[in-house]
Amino acid sequence: MQEADKSLLVVVRHGPYQGQLAREALDAVLTAAAFEQPVSLLFMDDGVFQLTPNQDGSAIDAKNLATMLAVLPMYDVDRVYVELDSLNLRAISPESLTLPATPVGGHALRDLFVNNAHLLSF
Amino acid sequence: MNKIEVEGATVELDREGFLRDLHQWSRQVAVELARREQIDLGDEHWEIIDLLRSFYKEYKVSPAMRILVKQAGIKLGREKGSSLHLLRLFPGSPAKVASKIAGLPKPTNCL
Repeated sequence: MQEADKSLLVVVRHGPYQGQLAREALDAVLTAAAFEQPVSLLFMDDGVFQLTPNQDGSAIDAKNLATMLAVLPMYDVDRVYVELDSLNLRAISPESLTLPATPVGGHALRDLFVNNAHLLSF
Repeated sequence: MNKIEVEGATVELDREGFLRDLHQWSRQVAVELARREQIDLGDEHWEIIDLLRSFYKEYKVSPAMRILVKQAGIKLGREKGSSLHLLRLFPGSPAKVASKIAGLPKPTNCL
Protein backbone atom coordinates (compact mmCIF):
# COMPACT_ATOMS: atom_id res chain seq x y z
CA MET A 1 0.00 0.00 0.00
CA GLN A 2 1.26 3.41 -0.85
CA GLU A 3 1.76 5.82 2.07
CA ALA A 4 -0.34 8.95 1.94
CA ASP A 5 1.73 12.04 1.23
CA LYS A 6 1.76 14.05 4.44
CA SER A 7 4.13 16.77 3.26
CA LEU A 8 3.01 20.11 4.62
CA LEU A 9 3.74 23.67 3.57
CA VAL A 10 3.00 26.36 6.14
CA VAL A 11 2.73 29.80 4.58
CA VAL A 12 3.16 32.79 6.85
CA ARG A 13 1.78 36.03 5.40
CA HIS A 14 1.17 38.31 8.38
CA GLY A 15 3.41 40.40 10.61
CA PRO A 16 4.67 38.99 13.90
CA TYR A 17 2.20 40.79 16.19
CA GLN A 18 -0.96 40.93 14.05
CA GLY A 19 -3.14 38.93 16.42
CA GLN A 20 -2.30 35.32 17.20
CA LEU A 21 -1.60 34.19 13.63
CA ALA A 22 2.17 34.06 13.97
CA ARG A 23 1.92 31.97 17.14
CA GLU A 24 -0.63 29.67 15.53
CA ALA A 25 1.63 29.14 12.54
CA LEU A 26 4.59 28.29 14.78
CA ASP A 27 2.40 25.88 16.78
CA ALA A 28 1.36 24.12 13.57
CA VAL A 29 4.96 23.80 12.40
CA LEU A 30 6.23 22.54 15.77
CA THR A 31 3.38 20.06 16.03
CA ALA A 32 4.13 18.61 12.60
CA ALA A 33 7.85 18.52 13.41
CA ALA A 34 7.30 16.90 16.80
CA PHE A 35 5.56 14.05 15.00
CA GLU A 36 8.36 13.93 12.45
CA GLN A 37 6.14 14.95 9.55
CA PRO A 38 7.87 16.62 6.59
CA VAL A 39 7.17 20.32 6.97
CA SER A 40 8.31 23.36 5.00
CA LEU A 41 7.85 26.93 6.11
CA LEU A 42 7.50 29.89 3.75
CA PHE A 43 7.51 33.52 4.83
CA MET A 44 5.94 35.92 2.36
CA ASP A 45 4.14 39.30 2.23
CA ASP A 46 4.20 40.92 5.70
CA GLY A 47 5.22 37.52 7.08
CA VAL A 48 8.84 38.39 6.28
CA PHE A 49 8.74 40.89 9.16
CA GLN A 50 8.69 37.88 11.49
CA LEU A 51 12.32 37.26 10.55
CA THR A 52 13.59 40.76 11.21
CA PRO A 53 15.98 41.34 14.13
CA ASN A 54 15.46 43.58 17.18
CA GLN A 55 11.79 42.79 17.67
CA ASP A 56 10.16 43.93 20.87
CA GLY A 57 6.60 42.92 21.66
CA SER A 58 6.75 43.99 25.29
CA ALA A 59 4.43 47.00 24.81
CA ILE A 60 1.59 44.60 24.02
CA ASP A 61 2.88 41.91 26.38
CA ALA A 62 3.83 39.61 23.50
CA LYS A 63 6.82 37.29 23.53
CA ASN A 64 9.57 38.13 21.05
CA LEU A 65 8.61 36.06 18.04
CA ALA A 66 12.12 35.94 16.56
CA THR A 67 13.24 34.29 19.81
CA MET A 68 10.54 31.67 19.45
CA LEU A 69 11.32 31.03 15.79
CA ALA A 70 14.91 30.30 16.84
CA VAL A 71 13.59 27.01 18.23
CA LEU A 72 12.93 25.68 14.70
CA PRO A 73 16.42 24.20 14.20
CA MET A 74 16.01 22.33 17.51
CA TYR A 75 12.93 20.70 15.96
CA ASP A 76 14.97 19.87 12.85
CA VAL A 77 12.86 22.21 10.73
CA ASP A 78 15.43 23.20 8.13
CA ARG A 79 13.19 23.76 5.11
CA VAL A 80 12.64 27.45 5.72
CA TYR A 81 12.01 29.74 2.76
CA VAL A 82 11.41 33.41 2.28
CA GLU A 83 9.89 34.99 -0.80
CA LEU A 84 12.35 37.27 -2.51
CA ASP A 85 9.89 39.87 -3.86
CA SER A 86 8.37 40.32 -0.40
CA LEU A 87 11.84 41.08 0.98
CA ASN A 88 12.71 43.47 -1.84
CA LEU A 89 9.44 45.39 -1.58
CA ARG A 90 10.15 46.02 2.10
CA ALA A 91 13.83 46.75 1.59
CA ILE A 92 14.89 43.87 3.87
CA SER A 93 18.14 42.15 2.97
CA PRO A 94 18.22 38.33 3.15
CA GLU A 95 21.44 38.57 5.20
CA SER A 96 19.71 40.47 8.01
CA LEU A 97 17.15 37.73 8.77
CA THR A 98 17.18 36.03 12.16
CA LEU A 99 16.88 32.52 10.68
CA PRO A 100 18.75 30.93 7.80
CA ALA A 101 15.92 31.06 5.23
CA THR A 102 16.36 30.23 1.56
CA PRO A 103 15.20 33.10 -0.66
CA VAL A 104 12.83 31.81 -3.35
CA GLY A 105 11.00 33.26 -6.32
CA GLY A 106 9.70 32.20 -9.72
CA HIS A 107 9.87 28.47 -10.37
CA ALA A 108 11.29 27.60 -6.95
CA LEU A 109 8.32 29.33 -5.33
CA ARG A 110 5.85 27.57 -7.59
CA ASP A 111 7.51 24.22 -6.87
CA LEU A 112 7.01 24.71 -3.14
CA PHE A 113 3.27 24.96 -3.65
CA VAL A 114 3.17 22.13 -6.18
CA ASN A 115 5.36 19.66 -4.29
CA ASN A 116 3.65 19.74 -0.91
CA ALA A 117 0.46 17.75 -0.42
CA HIS A 118 -1.02 20.04 2.22
CA LEU A 119 -1.07 23.78 2.66
CA LEU A 120 -1.80 25.85 5.74
CA SER A 121 -1.84 29.62 5.38
CA PHE A 122 -1.50 32.00 8.32
CA MET B 1 -10.16 27.86 42.05
CA ASN B 2 -7.28 25.44 41.71
CA LYS B 3 -4.45 26.58 43.97
CA ILE B 4 -1.66 25.51 46.27
CA GLU B 5 -0.18 27.10 49.38
CA VAL B 6 3.61 27.36 49.50
CA GLU B 7 5.37 29.04 52.42
CA GLY B 8 2.30 31.12 53.22
CA ALA B 9 1.78 32.32 49.65
CA THR B 10 -1.11 31.28 47.43
CA VAL B 11 -0.13 30.01 44.00
CA GLU B 12 -2.93 29.78 41.44
CA LEU B 13 -3.06 26.90 38.99
CA ASP B 14 -5.04 26.38 35.83
CA ARG B 15 -7.49 23.53 35.23
CA GLU B 16 -4.67 21.12 34.41
CA GLY B 17 -2.46 22.19 37.30
CA PHE B 18 -0.06 24.50 35.40
CA LEU B 19 0.97 27.78 37.03
CA ARG B 20 -1.20 30.74 36.05
CA ASP B 21 1.65 33.16 36.76
CA LEU B 22 4.99 31.66 35.71
CA HIS B 23 6.83 34.17 37.90
CA GLN B 24 5.47 32.47 41.00
CA TRP B 25 7.69 29.44 40.44
CA SER B 26 10.29 28.56 43.04
CA ARG B 27 12.02 25.34 44.02
CA GLN B 28 9.51 24.98 46.88
CA VAL B 29 6.64 25.42 44.41
CA ALA B 30 8.21 22.70 42.24
CA VAL B 31 8.36 20.33 45.20
CA GLU B 32 4.68 20.94 45.91
CA LEU B 33 3.66 20.58 42.23
CA ALA B 34 5.63 17.31 42.08
CA ARG B 35 3.93 16.06 45.25
CA ARG B 36 0.57 16.52 43.52
CA GLU B 37 1.87 14.22 40.77
CA GLN B 38 3.12 11.71 43.38
CA ILE B 39 6.73 12.46 42.43
CA ASP B 40 9.47 12.85 45.02
CA LEU B 41 12.05 15.11 43.37
CA GLY B 42 15.63 13.81 43.34
CA ASP B 43 18.81 15.01 41.61
CA GLU B 44 17.84 13.41 38.32
CA HIS B 45 14.49 15.20 38.33
CA TRP B 46 16.18 18.53 39.01
CA GLU B 47 18.55 17.99 36.09
CA ILE B 48 15.55 17.78 33.77
CA ILE B 49 13.76 20.69 35.43
CA ASP B 50 16.84 22.91 35.07
CA LEU B 51 17.26 21.78 31.47
CA LEU B 52 13.63 22.66 30.68
CA ARG B 53 13.86 26.04 32.35
CA SER B 54 16.99 27.04 30.48
CA PHE B 55 15.43 25.84 27.19
CA TYR B 56 12.37 27.95 27.88
CA LYS B 57 14.48 30.94 28.88
CA GLU B 58 16.22 30.80 25.52
CA TYR B 59 13.31 30.02 23.20
CA LYS B 60 10.13 30.87 25.17
CA VAL B 61 8.75 27.51 24.11
CA SER B 62 8.28 24.34 26.17
CA PRO B 63 9.86 21.51 24.18
CA ALA B 64 7.84 18.53 22.96
CA MET B 65 8.83 15.04 24.11
CA ARG B 66 11.10 14.23 21.15
CA ILE B 67 13.00 17.49 21.60
CA LEU B 68 13.30 17.03 25.34
CA VAL B 69 14.77 13.55 24.79
CA LYS B 70 17.27 14.97 22.32
CA GLN B 71 18.24 17.85 24.60
CA ALA B 72 18.68 15.55 27.59
CA GLY B 73 20.99 13.39 25.45
CA ILE B 74 23.08 16.39 24.43
CA LYS B 75 23.23 18.15 27.78
CA LEU B 76 23.13 15.31 30.31
CA GLY B 77 24.72 12.42 28.47
CA ARG B 78 23.48 9.82 26.06
CA GLU B 79 22.09 7.41 28.66
CA LYS B 80 19.76 10.16 29.91
CA GLY B 81 18.54 11.06 26.45
CA SER B 82 15.97 8.32 26.35
CA SER B 83 12.20 8.24 26.67
CA LEU B 84 12.56 5.44 29.22
CA HIS B 85 14.70 7.57 31.52
CA LEU B 86 12.18 10.42 31.28
CA LEU B 87 9.22 8.10 31.73
CA ARG B 88 10.79 6.67 34.85
CA LEU B 89 11.27 10.18 36.32
CA PHE B 90 8.00 11.71 35.14
CA PRO B 91 5.55 8.86 34.51
CA GLY B 92 2.70 9.20 32.06
CA SER B 93 3.50 12.13 29.82
CA PRO B 94 7.06 13.26 30.69
CA ALA B 95 7.20 16.47 28.62
CA LYS B 96 3.89 17.63 30.03
CA VAL B 97 4.44 16.60 33.65
CA ALA B 98 8.02 17.91 33.77
CA SER B 99 7.01 21.24 32.19
CA LYS B 100 4.27 21.59 34.78
CA ILE B 101 6.66 20.99 37.68
CA ALA B 102 9.27 23.28 36.08
CA GLY B 103 6.68 26.08 36.10
CA LEU B 104 6.45 26.38 32.33
CA PRO B 105 3.46 26.44 29.98
CA LYS B 106 2.16 23.17 28.62
CA PRO B 107 4.13 22.14 25.52
CA THR B 108 2.07 23.54 22.63
CA ASN B 109 2.04 20.32 20.68
CA CYS B 110 1.10 18.19 23.64
CA LEU B 111 -2.37 16.70 23.30
